[in-house]
Parts: sequence; structure tokens; C-alpha cells
Amino acid sequence: MTRIDKKLQEKKTLLSIYFTAGYPKLEDTVPILEMLESNGVDMVEIGLPFSDPLADGSTIQASSTQALKNGMSTQKLFEQLEGIREKISMPLILMGYFNPVLQYGVENFCKKCEEIGIDGVILPDLPLAEYQEHYQTIFEKYGLANIFLITPQTSEARIKELDAASKGFIYMVSSASVTGSKQGFGVEQTSYFNRIAALKLKKPQLVGFGITNKETFQTATKHAKGAIIGSAFIKMLTETGVSGISSFVKGIR
Amino acid sequence: MKYNVNEKGYYGDFGGAYIPEMLYPNVEELRQNYLKVMAEASFQEEFQELLKEYVGRPTPLYFAKRLSAKYNTKIYLKREDLCHTGAHKVNNTIGQILMAKRLDKNRIIAETGAGQHGVATATVCALMGLECIVYMGEIDIKRQAPNVARMKMLGATVVPATSGSKTLKDATNEAIRDWINNPTNTHYIIGSVVGPHPYPDMVARFQSVISQEIKNQLQKKENREAPDYVIACVGGGSNAAGAYYHYLDTPEVGIIAVEAAGKGVQTGESAATSALGKTGIIHGSKTLLMQTPDGQITEPYSISAGLDYPGVGPMHAHLYASGRGEFISVTDEDAMQAGLELCKLEGIIPAIETSHALAIFKTRTFKPDAIVVVNLSGRGDKDLNTYIDYFKL
Repeated sequence: MTRIDKKLQEKKTLLSIYFTAGYPKLEDTVPILEMLESNGVDMVEIGLPFSDPLADGSTIQASSTQALKNGMSTQKLFEQLEGIREKISMPLILMGYFNPVLQYGVENFCKKCEEIGIDGVILPDLPLAEYQEHYQTIFEKYGLANIFLITPQTSEARIKELDAASKGFIYMVSSASVTGSKQGFGVEQTSYFNRIAALKLKKPQLVGFGITNKETFQTATKHAKGAIIGSAFIKMLTETGVSGISSFVKGIR
Repeated sequence: MKYNVNEKGYYGDFGGAYIPEMLYPNVEELRQNYLKVMAEASFQEEFQELLKEYVGRPTPLYFAKRLSAKYNTKIYLKREDLCHTGAHKVNNTIGQILMAKRLDKNRIIAETGAGQHGVATATVCALMGLECIVYMGEIDIKRQAPNVARMKMLGATVVPATSGSKTLKDATNEAIRDWINNPTNTHYIIGSVVGPHPYPDMVARFQSVISQEIKNQLQKKENREAPDYVIACVGGGSNAAGAYYHYLDTPEVGIIAVEAAGKGVQTGESAATSALGKTGIIHGSKTLLMQTPDGQITEPYSISAGLDYPGVGPMHAHLYASGRGEFISVTDEDAMQAGLELCKLEGIIPAIETSHALAIFKTRTFKPDAIVVVNLSGRGDKDLNTYIDYFKL
């Protein structure tokens, strides 16, 4: 069983954290991972920074720009993560845009992930059809889970398709928005959460976008297996730095 | 249809729809409907009527006598500069606003670089009474003040794009983010043959009126439908796509694309995507783009804001990769001189984008009896300040 699937079977609500690799400082990637694990976070999405992050709001845009200025790259991130499995046991997921992966070479990328012990990827702009036609066999050869997104606008038929194709879990985007732009959840979100829960999908769902604090975390995970915090965590890093990680995590659950 | 789009949205290896799931319903709705809607008799009737009565089509195919004499070949200019709003851009915005209405969208967004597409979008929104939001890079807003004023007079809201390099690429990113945030009532009018399928094909079809008219006009003037060459400038490539469209699969017509070399292809300040680009993903399309080895999209440079884009549409990437098109790049200096030459020889002030296409005659010779059509994509009024600064007028 994969590390992701094992984690999803634990009888608890999962907290997953997204952060941009190489931010605030280039060498912060590994220390942040260690602090997240020692503070009881269940899973992480390590953001591979991109110059043109279409689905991201201003917080993650700014952290990506800074990380690239700091010298972060796919190659650099792989170097930083060399030997990470001696230190970190939670599932590690890389999240980013498809172009840097394409330039690294999809097969080389997957191979490197397997060597390092990366469990999965989330590539929002690699759509289902392209993935299945061109890349699925490569991802599977290296045991890399590709995790798909659903949104409030995704049709039921397509949700079923994505449920079947997604490995590990489904990334459930909470609202029609880019990252970090909505404050709190309204009726629209709770009815969407209920609607998805009623579909009884095969894969567990982790809710992302708009989770900023204990309250939104609890609302999001009423039905879902867990939730992912990104922009709010990066804001905290910008304001407080890595020393704020412990109290941030404790404030969520 | 060797060089046109296939049913999966690809031109050879280029194209597709590399979009986040948040955009999937919108793009899919468009993909499922665009051909059907465009085929409706009522749509065609309204589109053709507006092109004729509002845009002023057909635009002339003008035999440039003195320019032809100078370069010892037969040069025709397709006068898109005479379209309402001053460039070919309006052909596409008319088509897309009619599409948006049929898809029941009441809010229109667009990106713009120099402001020409923004003005063309604001124009059709005023015509149809629809809300219009135009994203424009903060730097371009400062460089293109008259076009910003035009958009405002036409009732549009101009929103500065403050991310990244604060130019066209970032304005496009912001428009896409707006679409993610407004997934039901909004139509995104992309200004070029870029973006996810079906945009490159839809925009090319709306612009294809250019080559349709060239065929009819050449038939009358030269008793043949096909010229020996069609020449157009390429930024994203919408005027070029329109000028080539009906000749793509006519191999005896030479297709020549002129890109902006900026200060020189190897200077680091260039927008010559075919020379400097590699296959990658930009704005939802797999195409040639300028990028770092790590896959970060780099900043282009050209004196012409309309050519200042780090990619080309997937049709053009395929024309380049397959060898069907001849790709040439022209520096700022050569383009500016060619623009001035057209003023002096023919009494036409071209847009600086178009001046790049005209500069080809300096380096590329054509047979005396060759029929060479240059798509005169826009007029130069918007570029007066640049011309004034450059030539110290």
C-alpha cells in the first residue's frame, strides 16, 4: 500500500499543508518539512514555483516569484529533497504547473520522484484527457500518484470520471476561485460539500482553497477526509517566518 | 486539412487545452458549441451584416504601385488598417460577442497589450450593451494612454495587471484568473489565435474573412485566387492566421511569417519565438514559447507592443515545425524604416506590427511577376508617439 493510501486509512481528519519550495528562503524547504512533521501535520504539497501560476491568487504568486528569485528550480528542489526519506515519513506530494515538468522531461521527472520518495503530484493544468493519452503509463511505471481536482462547477459525470482516474484522493476545490481569494464559507460551499458527500465517491476527498483557520477547517472536513491549507500558511510564513509554524498548526486543530 | 486543426484541437503536435479543472466547464461549453453556433444561418447573417455595415468590409486589396516598382515585384496590400477601430482585431471581437450572446453570457473580459484588442472588445461591448472588463499590464497602461482613454470612453473598465512583468502575458494571466473566479456569466474574448482549444481555431475562423476576401479580390484583379506569397507579422498570430487560412492547404502559396527580432535575435531583447522558443505550455496551449531551461516563461521584447508576446499560436508553431511556413525575424530598426518607407511611397502610415511584415522586402527578393500579398494588419495612429520618439519628428 502506498504512503498516501495508508495515511488516508487512518481514522482521523487529515491536515495537509501547501507551501512554495524555496520560500521565504531558498534553503527553507527541508526545515519547513521537518517542522510540519514534528508538529503533527499529516501530509504536504510542496509547491514547484512557476512564473505564470494561472490558478493562484496574489499570495502564492508572490511566493512563487520570490522562490524563483531565490534560485529555486525543479533541479534544485530535487537536490534539496535528496535523502528526505531518512528524515520525513509523511506522504510528500509535489504540486505545480505542467510546463516545468515537461521541460525536465516527464519520464525523468517521474523517475526522480520515485528515487527520492515523492508519493504523488498535483498538476492542475495537465487535464485528464491529455494525461490519459500521453502520460499515465509513465506515471504508473514509477508509482507516482496523479491527483485530480474537482470544483463546484464540475458535472456529476465528470466527477465520476475524475474519481476513477485520481490516485489516492480527490482534491476538492472549495469554490469557484483562484487560491487565497475567498474568506470563509457560505451556503454555497456547504451545499456543495453536502452534494459531494452524497455522491459516495470511491476516493476520499481533501478540500482545498479558502481554508484559513480552525473554523473553515472544521466546516470543510465535516464530510471530507481532510483539508489543505496553502495561502494562509504562506501568509504566516511571510509575516512570522518558519518559527511560526508550530503555533499555526496548533491553531488549526 | 493537413495544416488546420484536427478534431482533438491539435495542429500537428501543437495545441490542446492545458487548463486547470476550474476552467473546464467554460472551455468545454465553448468547444461543444462554437462550430454549431457559427454554422447557424442567423449567426452568419448577423456576423456578415456587422462586418459589412459596421466594420466596413470588404477591405480593399490595394495594388501598391510605387512599393512594387521599388522592389521589382507585384505587391498587394490587404487593407485591414481600414477596419473600424483601425485593425483586423475587430473581426474577431464581432464574432466572439455574437458567440457570447448566444451562450447567454452578460459579462465580457479581455486582455490587451497595446490596447488594440481592448479597444476592439470595448467597442463591440458598447455595441451590444454588455459589461466589459479589460485587463492590461500596468506598464502598458502607462505606455498606451490614448488607448486606455478610448476604452474608458467606450464604457469599459480597465484593470491594471500588477503581477509578474506587468505586460501582455500577465494581463492574460489576470483575465484567466477572472474567468476562474466568474465561471458562469462571463465570456473571455481572447484577442489572438492563442489559448486553449477551441480558441485558436475559433479566432482563426473569425479572421479567415481576410483570406476569403483576398481570394475573391485576386480573382477579379489577376484572374487567379492564389497569390505566390502571403506575408504577415506574427505576435500571437491572429492577422496572420486570417491571411493564411484559406491557403493553408494550397502548397503553391508561399506562407511567410515575420516575427519581431527586437534589438536582434541573440541580444536577449527579442520576441522571435520561432528562433528562440521551445515546445511548452503557455496560456493553456502546447506551442512554441520563450522560456528558461527550467520551464519558466521569459520576457520578450519588441518596440511593437502587439508583437511583444513570448509565444505564438499553435497553428504557427505547426507551420514552423512542419516547414510549411517560412519564418523570418525583423529588428526594431528595420521595421521602423519600412514603416516610414510605406508612408513616403504609398501615403499609408502602418502600425509598427505591420511594419515588420513590410521590412521583408529589404532582405528577401521576389520574382518580378510574383504576386505578393502583405496583410496590412493595422494603421499607425496608435504608434505616433513611438514614431515621433524614434525619428525625432
